[in-house]
Amino acid sequence: MSNEISTAPEKVKSIKEPLFSPKNKRLLYDPLNNSNPITVQVLGICSALAVTVKMQPSIVMALAVVVVTAFSSLIISIIRNIIPNRIRIIVQLAVVAAMVILVDQFLKAFVYDVSKQLSVFVGLIITNCIVMGRLEAFAMANKPWPSFIDGIGNGLGYGVILVIVSIIRELLGSGELMGFRIIPEIAYEMGYFDNGLVIMPPMALIVVGIIIWVQRSRNKKLIEAK
Amino acid sequence: MHKDSNKATFLFSSVMVIVIAIMLSVAAIVLGPYQARNTRIEKMENILSSVGINSTSDDAEKSFSKFITGQIVLNTKGEPVTGGTAAFDIDLKKELDKAKTGNQDKELFPLFVCEKENKTFYIIPVRGKGLWGPIWGFIALEEDMNTVNGVSFGHKSETPGLGAEIETGRFQEKFKGKKILDNEGNFVSVKVIKGSTGSTNPHGVDAVSGATITSDGVSEMLQRTLSNYIPYFKRINTRTSEYRTKYQNNEQ
Repeated sequence: MSNEISTAPEKVKSIKEPLFSPKNKRLLYDPLNNSNPITVQVLGICSALAVTVKMQPSIVMALAVVVVTAFSSLIISIIRNIIPNRIRIIVQLAVVAAMVILVDQFLKAFVYDVSKQLSVFVGLIITNCIVMGRLEAFAMANKPWPSFIDGIGNGLGYGVILVIVSIIRELLGSGELMGFRIIPEIAYEMGYFDNGLVIMPPMALIVVGIIIWVQRSRNKKLIEAK
Repeated sequence: MHKDSNKATFLFSSVMVIVIAIMLSVAAIVLGPYQARNTRIEKMENILSSVGINSTSDDAEKSFSKFITGQIVLNTKGEPVTGGTAAFDIDLKKELDKAKTGNQDKELFPLFVCEKENKTFYIIPVRGKGLWGPIWGFIALEEDMNTVNGVSFGHKSETPGLGAEIETGRFQEKFKGKKILDNEGNFVSVKVIKGSTGSTNPHGVDAVSGATITSDGVSEMLQRTLSNYIPYFKRINTRTSEYRTKYQNNEQ
């Protein structure tokens, strides 16, 4: 089994290093900003549009994605040296699918109310490009611990955007946050209306676009050379 | 054995499939009872909330046995059926699907009788389809078997903020006091109508704006499911009115 995959994209040096070495910390923090899966890599957009109408499902969805990316990265990284190269995508998919089903079953058994709200979207984590993207780009070529951290980092990077978008959409679309009324009744009596457009999926895309714009104009690393 | 050889590939995929299958089966078996219990409790909560009894997952079972005094199974002619499945365990989806295979006269309809504050309520489960998937619920009628006392709806995957609003109290409150029969006693059901005529119309409820298909689904669901109970209600009503006339005659 000496044939390592030679095209390792982001290999982390395998010298003994502390669990939270600067390198590993960067794996955790980078996806939150510089390499955010949604705003920089533009992955996982589909589910970001679907679940961000309200804040609570967004938070649970974010946690579910963190768990799935972290543990599937860990598992894939552990078995990376025995996965036959030709079927590696199928193997990744099978592991991700198994993790997602487990998460879904747990939610159904122990936090039934939340699981009802998320309905199909938990199952759709399987199709979330971020999960498979990290497996293929990172976990296949790195040791378990960095892969695990990388999974958590990317899950969080996804979750942060989800929560920001859902705050904007729930506030403008329903006048509530976490189900509590924020915009007072008196505003409605004076002629204020919830914006129905914000509830529709296209508006999530526009909100994500605005976030990308703001982020790019503030973060110098993301500004491309002319 | 090289890890990319055909043999290794087959071996790896077989082992992987078996391991994952075992893992998921174990999870399903271990978690199954918890999930089944959640579903039962949810059903009890929904039944109770249609008559305005709020319960949590902790006390739903207790309140259910306290308030729900009767569970009746009806056939398509509106006659009570004894023996067979208990009303609570009847899967309305299966019953309504019987029409597809031409067995509509074998359909069974559960009816729950609730006693609350010395009043009788009849709770009817309903089921239909919304925009993305099934919608369902319970509708509670008052003693006259005409006035709606309350409803509780649920859905599988309606759009949050639009169709999913049928699950909220704001929408369900509007059904209170509506009538399912017209003045002559004919069945007209309650419809979800666009525009703001609903508050004055005894058979109409304001629709959620932007959720046309879900709203139509609710109307159709009520129309279709409630119609099955009308024969039973008519029979009970004639019996009670006969009883009343007899009683009054005796008094004179």
